[in-house]
Parts: sequence; structure tokens; C-alpha cells
Amino acid sequence: MAGTALNTGPRAYLTRRYRLSASHRLHAEAYSQEENRTVYGKCNNPHGHGHNYGIEVTVGGPVNAKTGMVCDLGELDEFAQKHLLQQFDKRNLNTLDEFDELVPTTENFTREVYRIFQGFRGARIVRVRIEETGNNSFEYSEELGKD
Amino acid sequence: MILLTRKAEFSSAHYYWNEAWTEEQNLRVFGRCANKNGHGHNYTLEVTVAGDVDPVSGFVVDLKELKEIVQRDVVSVYDHRHLNLEVPEFAASSGMIPTTENIAIAIWRRLEGKIPGAKLHRVRVYEMDDLFADYYGER
Repeated sequence: MAGTALNTGPRAYLTRRYRLSASHRLHAEAYSQEENRTVYGKCNNPHGHGHNYGIEVTVGGPVNAKTGMVCDLGELDEFAQKHLLQQFDKRNLNTLDEFDELVPTTENFTREVYRIFQGFRGARIVRVRIEETGNNSFEYSEELGKD
Repeated sequence: MILLTRKAEFSSAHYYWNEAWTEEQNLRVFGRCANKNGHGHNYTLEVTVAGDVDPVSGFVVDLKELKEIVQRDVVSVYDHRHLNLEVPEFAASSGMIPTTENIAIAIWRRLEGKIPGAKLHRVRVYEMDDLFADYYGER
């Protein structure tokens, strides 16, 4: 079956895109109020603001010779549902433990999502890319940094 | 070095089936994709080539030529076809199931070495907006 098949095939990368909506406020305790306003501008609004995040999760590995797949997409979606969407969708990022001592910039959010998917057993995470808006996107990879 | 990407689209039918498995195994692993009547997608293909800029033309490759190669060797073979039944690399006897990953690999093999003046860098195949596969060749 899928889990026991030959894993010596050519190596490919599979990317799945997820969407979630969350609010955040960029504010660093280490800065004064004025510094926070200077550094973060309108993102420092004390009441927060929100985004529809587009999250691309890329896993890589040999294409299983029996299934033709890098990983079971259903397993990836299930993992994302449980560990990404249920944790972050429709939430205020500043209130979550992950951002207790970390400013919830999309840079930090991208690294956090990467860390979460390192727990996925179906294939190896190689890249996370998050679109905060149509104009801004952030990418983190320990393998495909030059791509 | 510059990377240059050309996009193309094709619409094809396919299904997922491993001949070495029982029907029950196929249904368990591939679910709805195992329906042998097939289903289809509008695929988007991105072909990325790498090369140096020609000092005279200012081009990495002649885009028109790249377009024609992609059209001749991929789009004309895959578009409005049933991949399992009409495209040789995905015939049941080949053992290559036309998943998005394998389509990217097959397209790489069709294009590798055919682009004058540039090296194939990446083949990206979108099955849908929220799902795509990348292949960079053997590395």
C-alpha cells in the first residue's frame, strides 16, 4: 500500500494552498509606544486588523512508484485542518500561545507554520509561503531557499 | 543567469488506477479519483528555463520558439485528451499513474534538452488553483 511502496522514484514537490482569516497587531514590548508607531505604522493600531491569508505548503520527496504521489493529499489536508486551520482561522494571532513572546508578523507566522508542518509524517515539509495580501508574500524554506 | 517562465494551458481527462492492486485497494487509496470513467481538469503548465542573456538579442531564449516547443511536445499531445487512454507515457502498461506529480515529470522528460540556448529549470503543473506539483529533474 501507499506506506510500504518503493520510495526510490524521482523526487518531486507538491504544493497545497490553504486559506484562513485572522487578526493581528504588530507591537513589540521592547519598543516604546512611539517607536512602535514608527516601526509598525498603521499595523500598530491597538485594536488590531485582519487579513485573508493564503498559505502555500510545499512538501517534497520521492514519488511513490505505486501511487504516483509524493504524499497522500487527504492526509495532508487532514493535518492542515487540525493543526493549521483549527488553530489559526478566525482567531486573533496575538492571543495565541505561539505569539506570546513573538510579534505576529507574517515572517514569524510563516516560520511557525513551517515548524508545525515539520510534525507531518506523510512527507517532508520544504517550503511555506504566505500571502498576507495580494501584494505581500513571505516565504521560508530550509531546502529551496534559492528557488 | 536569468530564469524565464512560459505558461500554457491544457484540459485533459484522467483517472488513478494501479493495475497491480485489487479494486478495493484502488478505491481505498485513490477514492473518487479511481472512477474509471475518468474526470478532468484545466491544467496550467509553467515551464521555467535558465540561461544567460544573449548580449545582442537581450533574450535568454526566443519566447516564440519556446512557445512552439511547448505547444508541439506537450499541449498538442495532452490537450482535450484522456491521459490514461491516449498519451503513451500514462498507458496502464507503463505503470505511471497520471497524478500531478507524474504529469510534471513526464512533461520534463518531453522538454529536456529541446530548448536551444537554455536549460530546463523547473516544470510546474497546476491541477487546480490550490494544488500544484514541481519537478526540477533528477537532483
